[in-house]
Amino acid sequence: MQRIGVFVCHCGTNIAGTVDVKAVAQALKNEPGVVFSTDYQYMCSQAGQEMIKQAVADNKLTGIVVCSCSPRMHEATFRKTAAAAGLNPYMVEIANIREQCSWVHKEMPVGTEKAIILAKAAVAKVNLNAPLTPGESPVTKRALVIGGGIAGIQTALDIADAGFPVDIVETKPTIGGKMAQLDKTFPTLDCAACILTPKMVDVAQNEKIRIFSYSEVTDVKGFVGNFDVTIKRKARYVKEEVCTGCGACTEKCPQKKVPNEFNLGMDNRRAIYIPFAQAVPKVATIDADYCTMLKTGKCGVCSKVCTAGAIDYKAKDEFVEEKYGAIVVATGFNPISMDKFDEFAYSQSKDVITSLELERLMNAAGPTGGTLLRPSDHEHPHTIVFVQCVGSRCSACAEKGKEYCSKICCMYTAKHAMLIRDKYPDTEVYVFYIDVRTPGKNFDEFYRRAVEEYGVHYIKGMVGKVTPEGKKLHVQASDLLDNKQLHIDADLVVLAAAIEPDKSARPLATMLTASMDTNDFFTEAHPKLRPVESPTAGVFLSGTCQGPKDIPETVSQAGAAASKVIGLLCKDKLTGNPCIAHSDEMMCNGCSTCEKVCPYGAITYVEKEFRMPDRTTKIRRVASVNEAVCQGCGACTVACMSGAMDLRGFRNNQIMAEVDAICK
Amino acid sequence: MQEVKREVLVSKASELLNNGTVDRVLGWKAGEFDYDITPAVFYTAEELERDFVWNDFCGANFSKYLVAETGKSENKLLVFLKPCDTYSFNQLLTEHRFDRERVYAVGVGCNGMLDISKLRSSAEGILHVHTEDADKVAVDTLYDGTVTLDRASLLPDRCVNCKSKKHVAYDELLGADGEVLDSGRFDEVERIERMTPDERFAFWQGELSRCIRCNACRDVCPACTCEKCVFDNPQSGVENKAAATSFEEQMFHIIRAFHVAGRCTDCGECSRVCPQHIPLHLLNRKFIKDIDSFYGEYQAGAEVGSRAPIVDYRTDDLEPGEAVERGGEHA
Amino acid sequence: MQVNEYQPLIVAFCCNWCSYAGADLAGNNRLNYPANIKIIRVPCSCRVNPMFILRAFQRGADGVILCGCHPGDCHYTTGNYYTRRRMALLFSMLDYLGIEKERTRVEWVSAAEGAKFAETMNDFARTVAALGENKRLEDLRCKK
Repeated sequence: MQRIGVFVCHCGTNIAGTVDVKAVAQALKNEPGVVFSTDYQYMCSQAGQEMIKQAVADNKLTGIVVCSCSPRMHEATFRKTAAAAGLNPYMVEIANIREQCSWVHKEMPVGTEKAIILAKAAVAKVNLNAPLTPGESPVTKRALVIGGGIAGIQTALDIADAGFPVDIVETKPTIGGKMAQLDKTFPTLDCAACILTPKMVDVAQNEKIRIFSYSEVTDVKGFVGNFDVTIKRKARYVKEEVCTGCGACTEKCPQKKVPNEFNLGMDNRRAIYIPFAQAVPKVATIDADYCTMLKTGKCGVCSKVCTAGAIDYKAKDEFVEEKYGAIVVATGFNPISMDKFDEFAYSQSKDVITSLELERLMNAAGPTGGTLLRPSDHEHPHTIVFVQCVGSRCSACAEKGKEYCSKICCMYTAKHAMLIRDKYPDTEVYVFYIDVRTPGKNFDEFYRRAVEEYGVHYIKGMVGKVTPEGKKLHVQASDLLDNKQLHIDADLVVLAAAIEPDKSARPLATMLTASMDTNDFFTEAHPKLRPVESPTAGVFLSGTCQGPKDIPETVSQAGAAASKVIGLLCKDKLTGNPCIAHSDEMMCNGCSTCEKVCPYGAITYVEKEFRMPDRTTKIRRVASVNEAVCQGCGACTVACMSGAMDLRGFRNNQIMAEVDAICK
Repeated sequence: MQEVKREVLVSKASELLNNGTVDRVLGWKAGEFDYDITPAVFYTAEELERDFVWNDFCGANFSKYLVAETGKSENKLLVFLKPCDTYSFNQLLTEHRFDRERVYAVGVGCNGMLDISKLRSSAEGILHVHTEDADKVAVDTLYDGTVTLDRASLLPDRCVNCKSKKHVAYDELLGADGEVLDSGRFDEVERIERMTPDERFAFWQGELSRCIRCNACRDVCPACTCEKCVFDNPQSGVENKAAATSFEEQMFHIIRAFHVAGRCTDCGECSRVCPQHIPLHLLNRKFIKDIDSFYGEYQAGAEVGSRAPIVDYRTDDLEPGEAVERGGEHA
Repeated sequence: MQVNEYQPLIVAFCCNWCSYAGADLAGNNRLNYPANIKIIRVPCSCRVNPMFILRAFQRGADGVILCGCHPGDCHYTTGNYYTRRRMALLFSMLDYLGIEKERTRVEWVSAAEGAKFAETMNDFARTVAALGENKRLEDLRCKK
């Protein structure tokens, strides 16, 4: 028989306001197994925890029930308290009388009655609790970073800095991500390439970092500390270790009509290409969709001009298997497609562009060499209209856009407007906005400079329609402050397209068993307290895969994710969750049903010799659970007919005791 | 009448015993009366000649006996399997319940077995039953002399609705093999589904309240081969020996049916052995029918190693709420 | 709600990762639902054995609701897919036996859906209350 102590927390008035805590403590005194019952202002406080420890010592308690807030809040706290008092931490159960009782109900009698029943259910469970000891598993001291944008780069550099090897997997032929496409960065207006490319070089030169560019993750098995990852290295038809990046092939390739994705299709590249001058690794890649040699077998120019002999038309996709202790997701974002926003004439006119396209048009390495020219006729635009929130904060049009705020658009639009007014003072710039959101260090000052010093026309209101008329774009809009309709003949319209997570994120989340929200952003383990960890142990989040954010935020999150990874890789062993499945071999039929439903492949079968009651021995096939792999979901326990498979911490008889206590 | 004669079975068994292929034979043996035939293990040709029985009362499905019997000797055991028995045979192999290498399976054709309770209700004071005729059954009775009955009227539900005359597993076959049949075995389930909830409750209350918890259905069921049954295990929380109230009967039968869902081959042994004549197969058939209609046709035991739909999933499966709506939608 | 009004006894099994957190969120937001709904925490909805549900009915519950992560969002990847099949078959069987189908329900509630949790519980409580006490599945022996 257990000796159980019941501790009822007031949580100030959070619980005591609607639950008569003294009555709860009194009512529990008579429950089977309970030898001590009390109440206190704040159980989680130092004094409250001391009280528990003292009670354990004084009453020789074997089990503890704390009636308090949600176990998701303080279960870990009270388990530690129990351990400090010399009890097994798994002899603690929490009755959730705050979130699921005092905060839900208004009348004291109702709340008190429910609290008593919830406490009795917890007591019934503790009566059947058994001490549990967590298993241990080793840690592979190597990290994987998925995505080679600024988030992935920073995370990899920080992890490598601590001395751990890191691999970066990037789908594109080069790392750099979206930041490599940007011209200037707000609010300092320093050039993106100037601050990014040195970091890219650092990555390339760091002995601890390997780059798998033009590659993707195709399979993830295992668990925290012990992930087995399959990486597909897509055939780039150029031997990475041989190519010198001289670029001769990219100048001689006769296939010149390939839309250049780095410049968002606003100019062309060759079928063999290096995305941009500072690419890392600086290695050419053949685009199999356009290469004449690969499609027809006739050409071979690049092979002829390559003095290094790096071209290999027979290259195949290769699969690499690697082991990692931790995985960081840094898959980033993309602007949403403008297909569904035809009111802005994006598909009808070349002079309606997205903000990212404008970045390329203003960049010295862009299609216009850094001079702002209209894509249609290469003339200087004199009137430019910026449209904010295209697809962002789109609650009424959820099928078109996104409900969330994309966060970065207000600031980059202010940057664009300011840069244009600075370089081309004869240009009129209009910005249509719903709200201007500029929280951040030096952000609002930056926006005010755009308005006050640079004379950008900020107009609160939305653009209703953009109509191409001759060389002009007729913009119809409303000014909500002056309450009037506006008609502007613009030369260029720039759409601040909403951003969304990269499409590769969803299948990756499935592989990692990491959860996502409805917008396909990765969910953090706790929105406030564990913002860089995914709920799946060993998987961390960096950058915009978790939610829209700007570069400084991305870099800080990248560093935070790296520090979490370092904290994990520093450990030689991990202690597991002891609440896992366990098979009673005497009852196991060896039928393989549990094996079929286990999502982790944690169950295997072994032939084992058993002594029978009549002193003979019998060899039987029985299930065996890999304690390091089992995550404790319990799917097997229901699939098992005989009840041989049970879940520690949530055993059949424990749950049934709770049912009985509630239904009494 | 059965197509394959007793002598053919006896000579096959004797031959396999004598040439050392097997060292024992799992077969049927006469009981107190003509109709209460029991399973037995035979070791010699003489025993076979003397006691082996093969007639219209050999309904027992031997598959389950293999779980225990195959462990008793290193040598092979001969087992006779009717078509429906072969499905259970495969299902048990799927679950690794016995070693296939220790069994020599001989398939025997089946014309359907007779339902003793139907026979009893047609003839009182049964002395002998003659089943040699193809369509007729002659019964010598204590009070009415010899009564001749139509064989078709004496078949149990499971044979009327026979799902298959095809053997899905055997080493050797006696007689010709048959086909998988479309026998309307869900008609009765659909009839119950068409009732109102109150009628259904009354129907099952009436049936299940007769249960005396003798556990015969469980003990004969070839899917119920657990080393320790949850109903015998004090740790399980549902252990009980006798049902005190109507709900416990229901609970026992719901859990039993759920435990064999996706594994039940619909052999009908549960209903055959029930001393209270509860149509237990209608619970199992409900699960089979639902599995077929929700997740696609699945016959447990048709193939060794198949994955039952209940331990499988599709991401677009129907929701439990929809399932309940559809389950009763056959009016 | 009046105290003397008939309040059905409802057992709610909630998975630790989504629905239990959803219930916590409902509390955080001070959303009301009847006090006779008692939550039992399980790691995953797939931990819920049909025996637990029958046991609850046997011991006097008027309704049993099972909440888990939305399909596709299971913390254990596939747990709720198995739940969905098992419960579809179990509920269909209970209906076949003539037990009111409204007494059982499966609902997917995410950690972010505190409001949905409260609404679901209120709706389920109303539905079960309309059916009245659970007579068909209750074991009278266990009643005091």
